[in-house]
This record gives sequence, structure tokens and C-alpha cells, in this order.
Amino acid sequence: MNETFAATPAHRYRFRASGVSISRGGVQILSDISLALDPGETAILRGPNGAGKTTLLRAFAGLLRKDGGQALVQTMDGKSVDTADGTIYCGPLNAVKFSLTVDENLRFWAALYNTPPSMIAEARAAFGLDAHGGRNAGALSTGYCRRLGLSRLLLARKAIWLADEPTASLDAAAVNAFEKIVERHRGDGGIAIIATHDALSIASARTIELKTGIAA
Amino acid sequence: MKPSLYDLANPLRFDRIARAALPWLVAATIVLMTLGLYFALFNSPADYQQGQSVRIMYVHVPAAWMALFCYTVIAGASAVGFIWKHPLADVAAKEAAPIGASFTLLALITGSLWGKPMWGAWWAWDARLTSVLILFFLYIGYMSVWRAFPDKTRAARLAAILAIVGFVNIPIIKFSVEWWNSLHQPASVFRGGGPTIDGSMLTPLFLMGGAYMFFFAATLTQSMRSELAARRLARLQEIDARSSYVLVEQ
Amino acid sequence: MNGRQAIILRDVRLAFRAGGGSFQAVAFFSVVCVLFALAAGPDLRLMSKIAAPVVWTAALLATLISLDQIYRADREDGSLDVIVATSDELALTAAAKAAAHWLSTGVPLIVATPLLGLLMNLEAGAYAPLMLSLVIGTPALSLIGAFAAALTVSLPRANLLISLIVSPLYMPILIFGAGAASAGAAGDPQYAANLKLLSAATLFAAITAPLASAAALRSNLD
Repeated sequence: MNETFAATPAHRYRFRASGVSISRGGVQILSDISLALDPGETAILRGPNGAGKTTLLRAFAGLLRKDGGQALVQTMDGKSVDTADGTIYCGPLNAVKFSLTVDENLRFWAALYNTPPSMIAEARAAFGLDAHGGRNAGALSTGYCRRLGLSRLLLARKAIWLADEPTASLDAAAVNAFEKIVERHRGDGGIAIIATHDALSIASARTIELKTGIAA
Repeated sequence: MKPSLYDLANPLRFDRIARAALPWLVAATIVLMTLGLYFALFNSPADYQQGQSVRIMYVHVPAAWMALFCYTVIAGASAVGFIWKHPLADVAAKEAAPIGASFTLLALITGSLWGKPMWGAWWAWDARLTSVLILFFLYIGYMSVWRAFPDKTRAARLAAILAIVGFVNIPIIKFSVEWWNSLHQPASVFRGGGPTIDGSMLTPLFLMGGAYMFFFAATLTQSMRSELAARRLARLQEIDARSSYVLVEQ
Repeated sequence: MNGRQAIILRDVRLAFRAGGGSFQAVAFFSVVCVLFALAAGPDLRLMSKIAAPVVWTAALLATLISLDQIYRADREDGSLDVIVATSDELALTAAAKAAAHWLSTGVPLIVATPLLGLLMNLEAGAYAPLMLSLVIGTPALSLIGAFAAALTVSLPRANLLISLIVSPLYMPILIFGAGAASAGAAGDPQYAANLKLLSAATLFAAITAPLASAAALRSNLD
């Protein structure tokens, strides 16, 4: 778990999911999902509420058990690990502790992700949080709190990003900044799968839709 | 799809076997109970010290055996369900719990009734009584976990973990009367050198034990049948209300 | 600093800040002791006799009410996902959470004990046995309690269920711990026996509870 799966030109990873099926409480939610993404590709995941976008992303993140199929992160020379290890999942919740300062939250995540402290400043700057380092996270507005939560995408140093409604409470400037960050990640050879209802403009992103299937 | 708690095929076969076996289990219970009570009440000696009240032993002692036995069944079924995910194992564990709790309560109450004339108190906090009381609370906790989670697959796994963790109490109960010099009498039937009590007392004990065992089997079988039927119904209702999703690229 | 150390540091920090659980635990602990003292009446000899068991019970109850927060806050703000996803060995992470709980709840209770012993007219010779039994026994309370918290984390409100689950598991700890504290004061040979049993229980909890907690956490992820 301490390995870095960072997207750099030297390290490129592929995302391969095939035949993924998930059921909960005896009811089939997702059947036979397959998705193949190469370095530099972005997939926008769309679908109605309750379609299972969050379920799918959480399954890729290793937080949910799959009933069938597999999802792997592969290096260019064929070595592969489970997506649970090779991806960073940023869900609708921010994982921010209100009683800690912004910096304390960042340092905590850096310790969990085994990230050198120097990257904290970079992540903070990328999301426009430099002025708020010493403030209690509870004093931040919803939008800034979201930015703080999203900064984990950079801190984790993984090649594959799984973002669930990332732009939910962000203003136009912040959405723009987020799009640029995803572009830079693509440029480095990273992959992003973003579930969203918003219109995100990311160059050459594939749109994938979850549609109603037949009940199992 | 791997068999889940809601799988239709396996439990139907169980239902057929259960329906066939049930009359025999009930018959065996009635026969053994009648014989056991006859021997206990009429054909066994009174105690020279305790007089006729010793006969509570024939209700109390087998109940205590069943209290331990049922929990062992729950822990074993939980382990099977946890490791191999067999749906019947989880249902068996769930349905065995109220029966085991009832036997435990029976053992505690009859023990108290028996102990009052012997020790002069309705209750004593010695090792054996205390650990059986703890066992009773374990049953309550276990049943509460099942009730608390609406998703029964999750409830099954969590209850299984709790049952396995609590199993450490069983050997403690069994050996508590040997490890601690206590008010309760030491083991006289299930012990290393063989039973120390007379055959005329052993017969009704084992008859009643057998009766309780078949009672447990009959009640468990019937409970499992109703539980499985209820789940089949719930699943059909759920399928009616939902549909599943597939991925389509634009 | 590795991930688990960071978790312990963060949890302790959160517990000691305003709104965290440490102050509440000590406050509740004190209240329970005072209530028992009031109920026992002015008989000082009676109070001396029950002081050690009452302190033990109060410590157990104060621990009990603090259990719900071990995992619930993390689940509600999404931190639990991050902690589980970054954990290579979830059982060790669960052990770290239990350790953090002990540092933020058990240790303050132990520190507060001498003062409450004074209030309850605890015998001079009973302080050391009481403190020692608490030092050995409260980690078991944290470990087992953290397991119950992990088991119930996906429920909206779990206080009653946690109490039901944890009571039979706590009873042996209480029996040995309070027994050791009382026997130690009297110079009873049962003192050593109870301490040994208490240590065995804590060791058993240290091995079993983290493994069980990890399994429970995995089952509770949505």
C-alpha cells in the first residue's frame, strides 16, 4: 500500500475493468460492467440518480465487494495490481475534520498516503488554499471545504483518479481550476474517471452512461 | 452468481427434507419427554439430603447442557457461514438463538428455584452462575445485532463475528466450577473419569437431555422453514421494485 | 510518521480539543462516583468498602458512553473510507484506533482516579492495586469497545446496541479488575490471581478484537 502509483511520463498505467457485477441486499445493482482506459484518457460517468455511479466507483476503490469480474491497474510491462491499490477515490464527502486546521488535515492525509511533506504545499496551492493553511477547517465555506477534500487527489500520488461529484459545491472559478488540474494529470499520463451531473469541459473525454438494464 | 442468502434453489431442497423430518422430530421429542418425566418423577431416588426437590435437577441440568450446546451450534454455524458463505448456515444460527436463550433462562430460573432451599439464597454470584448469566447476555446481544440491520446479508456477517468472539465464554463456563472453588457443585456427568452419579439418576438425565435435543431440532427446523419463506417473499418484492443497470458508451 | 501513528495522533488531538470526548469521559466518571457516594450515605466505612468497585464501574460506564464516537464521526465525514483505503493491514489500523481511544479516554480516567479515591474514602493501601488494575484492564475495555463500535458503525444510532453487545464481554474484565482492586487492599492472595486473569483477558482482547474489528469494518463499508 505504500507504493506510489504516480502518473509521470516514466510511469504509465492502464485501467482495465471487465465483467464487474455488484449486488447488495440480494438485488443486482450493476451487471457486467467493462471499461478500458489508457494513459491520458478521461471518462465522464453519467446516469440518473440511483443508477450506481457511486457504487461502481467505490467498487473500483476497493471499498465495496464485487460479486463478479475484476478491475486492475496495469503497468506498461504487464504487471498488474487490484484497482484498490492503484487508485485514489474522492467521494461526495470531504473527509475533513472540522476541529483540525487545514494544514493539520493535509498533514494527516500525507501521512496516510505516505506522501513527502513537500507535496502538501503543492496540493494546497493547486486548490487555492494557501491563504487558509492555519484556519480551522470548520471555518471554511462549503466550497473551500470541497476544495480541501479534492486536494487528496494530488496528495495521494496515484495515476488513476476516481472522482464522485467533484464539482458539487464549487464556483465557476474553482470548476475551471479543477478542469485544469485534471488536464495536467492527463498530460502526465494519468487517468481520471469522473462521475458528475455537471458539464465539465475536459479535452477528448469519453462519456459513459449507466443505463437501465434487465433485472437479474 | 454465487449463492447468496436469497438464493432460491438450495433452500427449496432444505424445505422438502425439513417437512419430511419434522413429524419424526416432534414424535421423538414427545416420547423422550414422557419417558424422561416418568423416570424423573417416579422411577428415580429422592436425595437423602434434599428430599424431593432434587428432582428439579432433571429439568435444570439438561437445560444448562442445551444452553452451552446451542451457543456452540450458533458459533459453528456462524463460522461456516462466514468462511463458506452458505446461506443455510446463517439462517440456522439466527434461528437457534432464541431457543438457546430460552434454555439458558430455564437453566437460570430452575437453578435459582433449586438453589434457594439448598443455599438459602435465590442467587449467588459464583463462577458458574455468573458465567451462565453472561452467556444469557451474549444471546441477547447476538439477537439484537440481527434485528438492528435492515440488510440481512450484512446482519448475518456481523452477527457471525460477534458469535465467534463470544465463544470464548463456553469453555470458561464448562471449567469454571473446577477452576474456582465455588458454591455450585462440580461436574458429575461430563468429566474425565466418567460420571460419578448413580445410573438411576443418569437415565432420566439423559432421557430429558435427549428430549430437549429433539425439541431443539424440531423447533430449529420449523423456524428455519418460516424464515426462508419470509426471505423468499421479501426478495420477490424487492425484485419487483428495482431494475439493474448496465454501462453504455456514447 | 507512518499512517497508523498519524491516526493515533489525530484521534488524541481531536479528543482533547473542545467538543472532543476526553473531558466528557472524565466528567461522567466523576459524576457516577459522586452519585454512588451520595447514595451510599454518610457511613464512611461502607464507602471505603465499595470505593474500589464503584470506581471500576464508573470507569467502565464512562468508557461505554464514549465508544460510539470511535468510528462514527469518521464514517459520517468520509474519513473512514480514506483510513480503510490506505490501510495495508486493517487489523493493525483497528488496533491503532483502540490505542487512540485508550490514550484519550482510559488514561485521563486513570489520572482522575486518585482524586475520586479521596472523595470516596478509599483506603491508603488500595490506591496502588486500584491504579494497577485500571492500567491493565482499561486497554481491554478500549479494545473490546472499539470492536463493538466497528460492528455498529453503519447504524444511525447505536448506543443501546453497543451496550447490549459489550456488556457480556465487559463483565469478566469488571469482575477481575474490581476483584483485584479489592483484594489488593486487603492483602488477599486472590489479588495476584485476579491480576493474572485480568492480564490474560487484556492479552486475549489485544489479539482477537482488532481482527474482529477489521472484519466488522469491511462488512460495514457501504
